[in-house]
Amino acid sequence: MTTAVDLPTNIPTPPVKTSLMRRIVRRPIGVVSLGILIVVGIIAVIGPYIAPYDPNKASLQLVLAPPSAAHPLGADSAGRDVLSRLLVATQVSVVAALLALVTALLIGVISGLIAGYFKGWFDSVSAWFTSLVMALPGIVVLLAVRAVVGPSVWIAMFTFGILLAPAYYRLVYAAVTAVRSELYVDAAKVSGLGDGRIISRHILSVVRAPIIIQSAIIAGIAIAIQSGLEFLGLGDTSVPTWGGMLSDGFANIYKEPLLMLWPALAIGITSIALTLLANVMRDALERTVLVRRRRRRAVATATGSIAAVTTSIGAVTGSLDVDAASAPVIRHDDDVRAAARAGDTILQVRDLHVGYGQDDGSTLEVVHGVSLDIRKGEVHGLIGESGSGKTQTAFAVLGLLPRGGHITGGSIDFEGVRLDQASEKDYTAIRGRRIGYIPQEPMSNLDPSFTIGSQLVEPLRKSLGLSKKDATDKALSLLERVGIPNPKRTFAAYPHEVSGGMAQRVLIAGAVSTDPDLIIADEPTTALDVTVQAEVLDLLRDLQAERHMALLLVTHNFGVVADLCDRVSVMQQGLIVETGPVRAIFGHAEHPYTRSLLGAILDEGPARPPLGTLLTKGGAR
Amino acid sequence: MLPFVLRRIASGIVMLFVISFVAYTLLYLSGGDIARRILGQNASQDVVAQKAAELGLDRPLLTQYFDWLTSALTGDFGRSWFTGQLVSASLSSRLAVTLSLVIGTTIVAAIVSVVLGVLAARRGGWIDAVVQFVAVIGFAIPGFLIALVLVLVFAINLGWFKATGYTPFATSPSGWVASVTLPIIALAIGAIASVAQQVRGSVLDALSRDYVRTLRSRGLSTNRVVYKHVLRNAGGPALAVLAVQFVGLLSGAVIVEQIFALPGMGQLSVQATSSGDIPVVMGVVIIFAIIVIVVNLLIDLAQAALNPKVRLS
Repeated sequence: MTTAVDLPTNIPTPPVKTSLMRRIVRRPIGVVSLGILIVVGIIAVIGPYIAPYDPNKASLQLVLAPPSAAHPLGADSAGRDVLSRLLVATQVSVVAALLALVTALLIGVISGLIAGYFKGWFDSVSAWFTSLVMALPGIVVLLAVRAVVGPSVWIAMFTFGILLAPAYYRLVYAAVTAVRSELYVDAAKVSGLGDGRIISRHILSVVRAPIIIQSAIIAGIAIAIQSGLEFLGLGDTSVPTWGGMLSDGFANIYKEPLLMLWPALAIGITSIALTLLANVMRDALERTVLVRRRRRRAVATATGSIAAVTTSIGAVTGSLDVDAASAPVIRHDDDVRAAARAGDTILQVRDLHVGYGQDDGSTLEVVHGVSLDIRKGEVHGLIGESGSGKTQTAFAVLGLLPRGGHITGGSIDFEGVRLDQASEKDYTAIRGRRIGYIPQEPMSNLDPSFTIGSQLVEPLRKSLGLSKKDATDKALSLLERVGIPNPKRTFAAYPHEVSGGMAQRVLIAGAVSTDPDLIIADEPTTALDVTVQAEVLDLLRDLQAERHMALLLVTHNFGVVADLCDRVSVMQQGLIVETGPVRAIFGHAEHPYTRSLLGAILDEGPARPPLGTLLTKGGAR
Repeated sequence: MLPFVLRRIASGIVMLFVISFVAYTLLYLSGGDIARRILGQNASQDVVAQKAAELGLDRPLLTQYFDWLTSALTGDFGRSWFTGQLVSASLSSRLAVTLSLVIGTTIVAAIVSVVLGVLAARRGGWIDAVVQFVAVIGFAIPGFLIALVLVLVFAINLGWFKATGYTPFATSPSGWVASVTLPIIALAIGAIASVAQQVRGSVLDALSRDYVRTLRSRGLSTNRVVYKHVLRNAGGPALAVLAVQFVGLLSGAVIVEQIFALPGMGQLSVQATSSGDIPVVMGVVIIFAIIVIVVNLLIDLAQAALNPKVRLS
């Protein structure tokens, strides 16, 4: 639903022309390239009137004459004034390029709209025609046309326009197909809007900006190919063109190389200006979408988007905002179960701050001083709603913060190694072998281009130095251990060939394969079906007990915490607010946020037994 | 796999028939009085009629086309109207030149694009800025303009290379390299501009994927992940752009061959075009169409090899 609402706002609607223009003008490159194109345009209009001489008037005295006061750019091989020819040629070249552009635009946009909106036979015919046109290099077609109809700039450019039409066709077609299936188009249809109105109002507004950008590029291509044809001497020699002048200069390259300079500059500068303009427009459009998206995300992070927890918390969070940063962490003493593991600490996080560098040079802090102790062999829950910073904390420990993210303060101590200061090289000895990672979304965390087996074998060979055969054997037995029914078949399968639950088992197998001492599991069951969730949690519990690993379980689900954890830390808006043994937190949560999270258990996920049974079940284990 | 290839070959053949028929019809229908054009204005009506009969131009168009088609299927594209040479002979001698030029350019462009694209995506900063700038300029400036500048600077002013002429690889490999270096650079810059941009974009995209983080969490070094996993996943879109560029290169080669006086398909087609030598033009169109269709098939196969999801279809 959200995409249906988002789309029209993401893509600039009616005021696009004015705002796009304003955004272009705000950038120096935009101003310069636009300025150049305007000058070229003006010359194209008035060129023939301000030319000092007749561009075709040859003079034997002036053959290859160097620049002089009367002829500022000299004269060409036939003794014609170069400046006059250049001015007149601008008109011919620009109009020729426009002819190709308009032809392509009309054919491409109209056929793209019809094919994309109505589909049917027209769609198939257009697709065929497009692939036909694409199967021939443009210039070969132009040469063939030239062979038949003789030298004519206009026919050549009209033909070229037809050949360029697929560029618009595909753009419009893709946009129309995408928009057509949107809900708001259905809504418009239901409300009785005619096809014509829908096309002009909802579809053209979406493709208008990309079409403008495409046009700048196409104009550049048209100028290039047109001057190329003229350069080959296949154009109409009675009309001065940039390409024709270039050809004349090239023929006299040894005698008067300067002759090539002017038409080359004209072609080069115009083409570059068109490309830069297209780039600036694209940047301007993409930037607005990006800023909007980022702004939305920033808002989500700042307020703590209420994805997992129901609205009842809204009121509570509001009142907490004021003193959240200064409030002390509420700590509960160890109970019997937690005390059993009170030995060595394997991971010690102290006052961790994580921030993201912004475009304007500032840093947006998302974790504001988190302290955590993970003991050897314990299962530690890190709970909080989306945007509370728990995943960022986990990534910081792994040294795998997304681009732009970095630790801005505090320390992470992993059995004496300062991870906050570790280099990429230090980390290669730690990731995999010492700390494992189980991601949230199983499908996107397997490389789609490699078999599941090769993705398991590769780290085994790299980290543990196993031979290919040993690694394969170990991977197969791991797949069996995590409950994959046919390990051999899964080993040879590609990720898209297995289910989400299977993929998550594969990822768990991968995380434990190198026998790490600590596993960080980032919401390992969130993306799975309810029935599969329970199985995966069982598997995690068994593996953890069997291998005596410490497990840092990041989750937003107190049910999972009750099921699996020894101790739990509650995180809110980048801070730990309460920490202690699971039973203490469930029994006497003190922080209002923890209480509201607990209250939300019943509102989501699978139906669970009452809290009391859960606790005794957990305590018995 | 095999059915996919067979289907593609079949559709390629159908495409060739359509192209040949359309091209033949257009070329011969709108060519006007071809016999008159060959013989010139002064030839008598009888001689012109005789010439038309000799070339088979007095028969219905469809009959002419089927004649052309049946001999074309045996590799005989007829004879040039002006030189009397076999079209197939002049095509084959020139095809090698153009192909070596275009294939050389494709290889150079692919290698340079991957290096530049990966560097720009990973290092960011000034390298990225430079690559972006070069990409824009390379994209904007027409290839033949670059070729002209190269001739002017490296062949005429510095004298490092011959400005014109071609040495076959079989005659002298080093001579071949010297004769195609400048043309390949001229052609490659435009292709590199587009492909490097695409490589940069898809590497950036692949780098932000979840599986990259997971692979790194397993203890694989970033370099290994980039060169094995990221590049493989970024390869598909880059190949698609390279395929489009290849068609563009064939166009570019026509002009660049002219500048460096390389005896390739481009030169042949320009000569045939200016003189109106229809059988040769027809042969050129067919050969170019075959090249494009074959290359597109190869690219599709490469895509299938890269992406397991494509393999099934």
